[in-house]
Amino acid sequence: MNTGAVFHEALIEGGKHWSLTARSGIVLRLIDVNGGANVGMLFYNPYNLLERYNVPDTLKCQHTFKLTKGHCLYSDMGRIFCSIIEDSVGWHDTACGNSNKALVAQRWGQKSYQNCRNDWTQNGHDSFLVEGGKYGLGRRDLAANVNWFSKVSIAETGDMTFDASNSRAGAFVDLRFEMDTLVLLHTCPHPLNPAADYPRAPIRMELRKSAPVRDDDFCRNSRPENIRGFENTELYRQCARSGRGT
Amino acid sequence: MQRQSVLAAEAARYRKVIPAGEYWIHVVIKGQTFRIVDVEGNQAADTLLFAAADPAERYSIVDTMRAQRNVYLSVGSKLLSTAGNTLAQIVADTVGRHDTLGGACAAESNTVRYALDKRTMHSCRDSYLLALAEHDHFNLSKRDLTHNINFFMNVPVTAEGGLSFADGVSGPGKYVELRAVMDVIVLISNCPQLNNPCNAYNPTPLEILIWDPDVS
Repeated sequence: MNTGAVFHEALIEGGKHWSLTARSGIVLRLIDVNGGANVGMLFYNPYNLLERYNVPDTLKCQHTFKLTKGHCLYSDMGRIFCSIIEDSVGWHDTACGNSNKALVAQRWGQKSYQNCRNDWTQNGHDSFLVEGGKYGLGRRDLAANVNWFSKVSIAETGDMTFDASNSRAGAFVDLRFEMDTLVLLHTCPHPLNPAADYPRAPIRMELRKSAPVRDDDFCRNSRPENIRGFENTELYRQCARSGRGT
Repeated sequence: MQRQSVLAAEAARYRKVIPAGEYWIHVVIKGQTFRIVDVEGNQAADTLLFAAADPAERYSIVDTMRAQRNVYLSVGSKLLSTAGNTLAQIVADTVGRHDTLGGACAAESNTVRYALDKRTMHSCRDSYLLALAEHDHFNLSKRDLTHNINFFMNVPVTAEGGLSFADGVSGPGKYVELRAVMDVIVLISNCPQLNNPCNAYNPTPLEILIWDPDVS
């Protein structure tokens, strides 16, 4: 299925942030270079920034708490930003949010840019504010995010446990964009990571074109809800914007 | 965990019934206690909170769950803002567990969850949007509609990472009570959902009571 050649790749060091707009039909592969990575991610419709990734809608329509292959990431408008077409990890968190300045300072100590230059301790919340600001987004526009490569499991009592061994070196996840999408991302630590030192895990990003989505596509058919989600998204592509990025 | 309130209904300074499918928006002052009563049982109260002084600071499901290291809300739960401050705290609860993962229903998510032809059915987000349009002095809009609490709703997470919408654990007359830790705008949609068991397929009224700080 993933036959397109990689047309762009980039290394993002740990504790950094970036953003990109991916047209429908693009596949973004995230690779955990050394193991133990965390990639915070948010999604917006670039033509209507009020349409954004919605964690409750994504989880409840697929009856899942974790994200893995077959799952679709929904906007608040019943459409699919991207679907997870491959995943060597098996569990990605989307319920724990971000590190912020206070959390980083308390757990690992604040390293200022003045003193530490590129080794300063950035946090996920500020990273999203910076990347979002490039597109006119601010505090009111942030929402619950994905934390790729991170696992937090839930006991019967509701208690949360962070799994430090969830993702190993070379692990990857492939996101196929089903509509044109603005992607904000950071590589700051997961907010429940108990590591003694500020974790600084790099990732590699690869971009390629996907094969057309077939009627028997795995993500589309993984649940009846996703068939309807794909129908909503296809209607939007046909009516509101031009089709797959050609 | 369950804990009875120490407050007498007769001492409340404010009482208001919210019929199913309608909304309630109100500024609760720091120190005031507000109670949400599930009058007939199994009714979801989809609740949002904003810091009245700076509504860009608002309730955050992820910060709230992460800070208490638990996905369910009950007595003692601090409802944290996007800036990590406590907006309100649950001080009494006769249910024992409330959801904050399941979000609010919307016309568009109903098409995905149930059927494309459910698109015109009433939803919590419609109530939220009308509330904000009719109270535009708050300067809130769709942009501010973030993820909410579902008081009285039961959404268990499994060890394998599954999620289900179970029959409610609430019942007639059960309630949850919160103390405002700062001045907060509270926005509640009394959920009109007819397609799943969160309202036992029969949406019913909620009642709100508010007490001033010095009342007991």
